[in-house]
Amino acid sequence: MDIFSNLAMGFGVAFTLQNLFLCFLGCMIGTLVGVLPGVGPVATIAMLLPITFGLDPTGALIMLAGIYYGAQYGGSTTAILVNIPGEATAVVTTLDGHQMAKQGRAGVALGVAALGSFFAGCVATIFIAALGAPLTRFAQLFGPAEYFSLMVMGLVFSTVLARGSILKALLMVFLGLLLATVGTDLETGQERVTLGIQQLSDGVDFAPLAMGIFGFAEIIRNLENPEARDVVRSKIGNLLPNWSEIKQSIKPVLRGTAIGSILGILPGNGAVLGPFASYAMEKKLAKDPSRFGKGAIEGVAGPESANNAGAQTAFIPLLTLGIPPNAVMALMVGAMTIHGIIPGPQVMTKNPELFWGMIASMWIGNAMLVIINLPLVGIWVKLLKVPYRLMFPAILIFCSIGIYSINNSIQDVYFTAFFALVGYIMIKLGFEPAPMLLGFVLGKLMEEKLRQALILSRGSFTTFIERPVSATLLAVALIMLVIALLPAMSKKRDQAFQE
Amino acid sequence: MKKLLVAVAGLTALFAGPALAQNYPTEPVTMIVPFAAGGPTDIIARLVAEPMSRFLGQQIIIENVAGAGGTTGITRGAEAQPNGYTIMMGHMGTHGAAPALYPNLKYNPAADFAPIGVAAGTPIIIVGSKKVPAEDLQGFIAWAKKQGDKANHAHAGVGSVSHSTGILLNSMLGIKSTYIPYTGTGPALNDMLSGQVDYMTDQIVNLVGQINAGAVKAFAIATPKRSPALPNLPTTKEAGLGGYEVSAWNAVFAPKGTPQAIVDKLSDALSKALDDANARKRLDDLGAVIPEGAERGSAALQKLVVSEVARWTPVLKEAMAAQKK
Repeated sequence: MDIFSNLAMGFGVAFTLQNLFLCFLGCMIGTLVGVLPGVGPVATIAMLLPITFGLDPTGALIMLAGIYYGAQYGGSTTAILVNIPGEATAVVTTLDGHQMAKQGRAGVALGVAALGSFFAGCVATIFIAALGAPLTRFAQLFGPAEYFSLMVMGLVFSTVLARGSILKALLMVFLGLLLATVGTDLETGQERVTLGIQQLSDGVDFAPLAMGIFGFAEIIRNLENPEARDVVRSKIGNLLPNWSEIKQSIKPVLRGTAIGSILGILPGNGAVLGPFASYAMEKKLAKDPSRFGKGAIEGVAGPESANNAGAQTAFIPLLTLGIPPNAVMALMVGAMTIHGIIPGPQVMTKNPELFWGMIASMWIGNAMLVIINLPLVGIWVKLLKVPYRLMFPAILIFCSIGIYSINNSIQDVYFTAFFALVGYIMIKLGFEPAPMLLGFVLGKLMEEKLRQALILSRGSFTTFIERPVSATLLAVALIMLVIALLPAMSKKRDQAFQE
Repeated sequence: MKKLLVAVAGLTALFAGPALAQNYPTEPVTMIVPFAAGGPTDIIARLVAEPMSRFLGQQIIIENVAGAGGTTGITRGAEAQPNGYTIMMGHMGTHGAAPALYPNLKYNPAADFAPIGVAAGTPIIIVGSKKVPAEDLQGFIAWAKKQGDKANHAHAGVGSVSHSTGILLNSMLGIKSTYIPYTGTGPALNDMLSGQVDYMTDQIVNLVGQINAGAVKAFAIATPKRSPALPNLPTTKEAGLGGYEVSAWNAVFAPKGTPQAIVDKLSDALSKALDDANARKRLDDLGAVIPEGAERGSAALQKLVVSEVARWTPVLKEAMAAQKK
């Protein structure tokens, strides 16, 4: 078969000493920036872009790709240990991952995240190699109308994210949607609710919002009652998951990988939905959904696999179409052009050694990441023993540096401080931040796609049901909603949500 | 004694300026790029900054300050200390279209800067989806006129190059197509590949891969000469639309008040950088157009800014007013 000869060539490219080293370097840097709260892969790749000038393009891209998926591995570490999601895809990991850490099972959570990610990464790599080109055609079925329907489906997931009252969760989703409308109007260029602050003209940034509302607010809350920490400090538990925990995780990992891989292909950052979808699915399928939000291992295994699978398959639109689905991929396009490779559908045929070399390097990189990460689990867990007075200032400083480095802007740091206060008030009043972040992440895309779809249909709403893919997605959303609202089911769910 | 001190202080102040300019640069220079890393302007800035650093003997550090169509970064640059250590990569949008698009713009492109020189421009290409039943520019124009508002015109967001240049094209041709706004060239191209939108104008860098692969139809390139990157693509003039010549030019500016000696030094370094063989090759590969001879330097850039503001303001204001109705 063609794939095998191509993959063989790819491994030939990736297994040179230089490329192996670059792959390792990328994974190592990626893990580090992922772990450092705030410093994201976008800022890192932007900073390292000029350094790759001297490298050959394949080597440069192998390293930059390593940083990207390495950061996805590392990102779960901060989500689990200190409840700070560095990226939208790590938001759901905080729900059960951080609870596990609080129960002294941080090592298990980290271990499952790493193993699940490794499995997902391997499968997704094969997926890209075997099906990348045909799947691109499937992805092109996704126009604005389909996207909007997909986002509607995503919003239905939000009700499942709630740990407390459904009403409060819905209110938070709407708050998130509202926050997403801040910024310049897509069509007219008018500024909306920017309060005259220039920084807001492109909307609220995800990083300051997420870090403020999750991480900083959590720190303020912890300062309130220091004794809560004793649980963490006293017993750290197993460093690695035991057999029964692994058995519990296998199915979530498989399902998460499948969901994440498919959503990752969509050109337009469909990958952000992966972890949310996976979490929603695990909670629905669980025999006892009430364990979710209290440290259910499935709630870490599924989403973590989904996010890593999505991170890999997000390369498909870039490699096969030359169209970047998210900010990191846009940087990769920049890296390609700087190196004289014009991204587009011809990369596969014109630069096969780059295309297959990168795919092969992803598999090698995933293996390296497990080797890098598993021994580190012990170190990370020990970090939890660092006293508050040292750990909190360190987290705050790293977060502030990270936020500053995104736009080189001090105002973003102020925003984070503001959102920290908001987040603290929300915690006090019993509102969950996760549904709000989901609403916020989906809101922007949703508004954009809704308006594009309606302009394309010249104002006719039937476009959403006339197009088959869109209609199917809406139907699935509707069914999920009905199941949630059916009286019998709803009683069961109430038991699940009212702790 | 006090008098002496005052005199010494005065003298120091007097000599400090020229002395600083003479030794300039003694520390790294920051170049603000008002767009995200990896975009066309960022790439050109990085390609030019590298040889410039060599000629200046100090590193030029790129600082990406993206937002509001580039005006966030340029506002910050305009307000920086005019000492030569903060310069910026301005652009057709920030120094041509912005006054028409941003009523609260905090700078005047023609008055608030010390122009250093044009770096390189990326030509604009008119492309259409494969579903558009036309093979050349005239066929496309005839089709678009017949379609009226049924034609879907994609652009990469208000304030983007593809937005301004698209409006100019429609206004010159009297085409009344429906604008579909996107948040970047990527998503717009994606919907063009699947045939949901019909046409757009954008920079060659973003399109050449798709054009070469036959995924979209290219109708004309809006430069006086054909591009070596797409030798078979006729110019707008050849295709019978001579007035439509636009390029997304990028140019280096310093804040107003930067000492002339420093401006000259930077201008000279930029010109040398544009003659650097390696930089030239990479810019050529991108399809970028490098200014030659009289097109280089401060005076040429000042003239360009004035003429571009005059060119874009009426067209864009009219189009934006029509959209808000």
